[in-house]
Amino acid sequence: MSVDKTTVAKIARLARINVPDDRLEPLAAELNGILSWVAELDEVKTVHVEPLASVTGHALPLRDDVVTDGDRLNDILSNVPEEASGFFVVPKVVE
Amino acid sequence: MNDLLDLNAVEARKALDKKSISAVELTSAYLRAADSTSELNNYVTLTADHALAMAARSDERISDGTAGLLEGLPIGVKDLFCTKGVSSTACSNILSGFTPTYESTVTSNLWAAGGVMLGKLNCDEFAMGSANETSAYGPAINPWRGRDDIDLVPGGSSGGSASAVAARAALMATGTDTGGSIRQPAAFCGVVGLKPTYGRCSRWGIVAFASSLDQAGPFTRTVADNALMMTAMASHDPKDSTSTQDPLQDLIGAARDGVKGMKIGVPREYVMDGMDDEVVKLWEKGQSWLRDAGAKLVDVSLPHTKYALPAYYIIAPAEASSNLARYDGVRYGMRVGTDTLDGMYEATRAAGFGDEVQRRIMIGTYVLSAGYYDAYYLKAQKVRRLIKEDFDTAFHSVEALLTPATPTAAFPVGRKIDDPVTNYLNDIFTVPANLAGLPGISVPSGLTNDGLPLGLQVLGRPFDEASIYRVATVLENAAEFSETPTLMATRGAA
Repeated sequence: MSVDKTTVAKIARLARINVPDDRLEPLAAELNGILSWVAELDEVKTVHVEPLASVTGHALPLRDDVVTDGDRLNDILSNVPEEASGFFVVPKVVE
Repeated sequence: MNDLLDLNAVEARKALDKKSISAVELTSAYLRAADSTSELNNYVTLTADHALAMAARSDERISDGTAGLLEGLPIGVKDLFCTKGVSSTACSNILSGFTPTYESTVTSNLWAAGGVMLGKLNCDEFAMGSANETSAYGPAINPWRGRDDIDLVPGGSSGGSASAVAARAALMATGTDTGGSIRQPAAFCGVVGLKPTYGRCSRWGIVAFASSLDQAGPFTRTVADNALMMTAMASHDPKDSTSTQDPLQDLIGAARDGVKGMKIGVPREYVMDGMDDEVVKLWEKGQSWLRDAGAKLVDVSLPHTKYALPAYYIIAPAEASSNLARYDGVRYGMRVGTDTLDGMYEATRAAGFGDEVQRRIMIGTYVLSAGYYDAYYLKAQKVRRLIKEDFDTAFHSVEALLTPATPTAAFPVGRKIDDPVTNYLNDIFTVPANLAGLPGISVPSGLTNDGLPLGLQVLGRPFDEASIYRVATVLENAAEFSETPTLMATRGAA
């Protein structure tokens, strides 16, 4: 499997990264280099193998369903690029 | 009195307790050392006032008889750790100016044990790299120089940590290891670096790269120092759901146990094209050192080793693409404004992330996207199980494994590489342990003909760091690695 310019543009869109048109072709070449290398995995027989997502070997612990944190408006807003009246400000989404 | 910088951590602790030196003196010496080696670019933030205030409190606690395990010891912190009130950027422009209002669990543990924070250390952007060359602050430099006398990389991603400890600009340092980011730079800089078992150190408050692989660990000059620092770093943390509740072994005492009667495996697949002959020779030497110390060396097979790297370069970018989705210009960090929300996201992320980070996010996005998920991501997770099962099988018959840490010694800064895959091969011996969640250490064990350090790696069973330290101590004693780098701070350099 290999990616072309159009696919790279689609991936960039999904990743929310603005990639200029003149970078699409070189990026496609770099990504294809990586993808053709990882294709080595096709040699491995994995028909009856379960995927492994976590190596911890223990079940995730449960905790009491209680509030353990909060009232930190100032902390949360302390690094905000733009703020108004205790809210995050973003470009207008709804007309 | 000897040069303060000559003392390793264990020696410095004794000198502090005997009051033959003070924590303020020791910290001042390290702050001067960091200044005098600033050309290595291993610090991105030096917190001198903070350090001296912490050291003064350490001196009080030593006087009160309430000294902690690391009381008064000056420590550098990889910029991937969030430190309260101190800039924490993961060496990325997208986090420039980010100042956390909280402290990572690992660094909290270090300060609770009396450690003194010197500052924040350079690393690859979001820990993505093996040469510290993707940092927004520019590359950190290796204090070792070969015959050509050109700048060499310290390895990565924890390049600043390894460089600082080697140059004596920090007595100890924290690092993180997702695919070798502690062990590879430790090998390149001639210091000791441990990646603990996944789950041993809390990941809370560490900027996430690939959450199922990331693990924090210590950089030190000696194996005993490493066990000391590790003992203070590790803890169960309810804020990290993968944090273990298994009690920590006696790591400090483990060094005394030796390896007599221990079965140590030598995996026959840890050989690759392009591997230096000197690395192979050192590996053989390491085997004979352990044999001489009474260990039984066993030939073992880890048949899926060659697939670890490609599996890693699917799994790690996939997790990274998800983790790094949070950098959107809304809540913290850089924002590049446009008049639409999506436009702002796209402009911010294009301006804030460097090339390698963008490349990995794109690969990760692709392998997780509809139509490709099964072929890439799921396939890689299946191969990951096979790799872990290889280790499980080997550990039925051996208690630890001995391998080279890296295929080569440190290489020049700015080496032109057109193909990202060539760079990825640096991690060939370290990545399998991350996929399997195993602990591993790199111990400086020899020099190349060109005078550059090489490391041997010891891998252990999950949560058996003690066995790793046993083997590492024997290697350290046999190697008698006492060479020092070209650029190293001395007290006289103040």
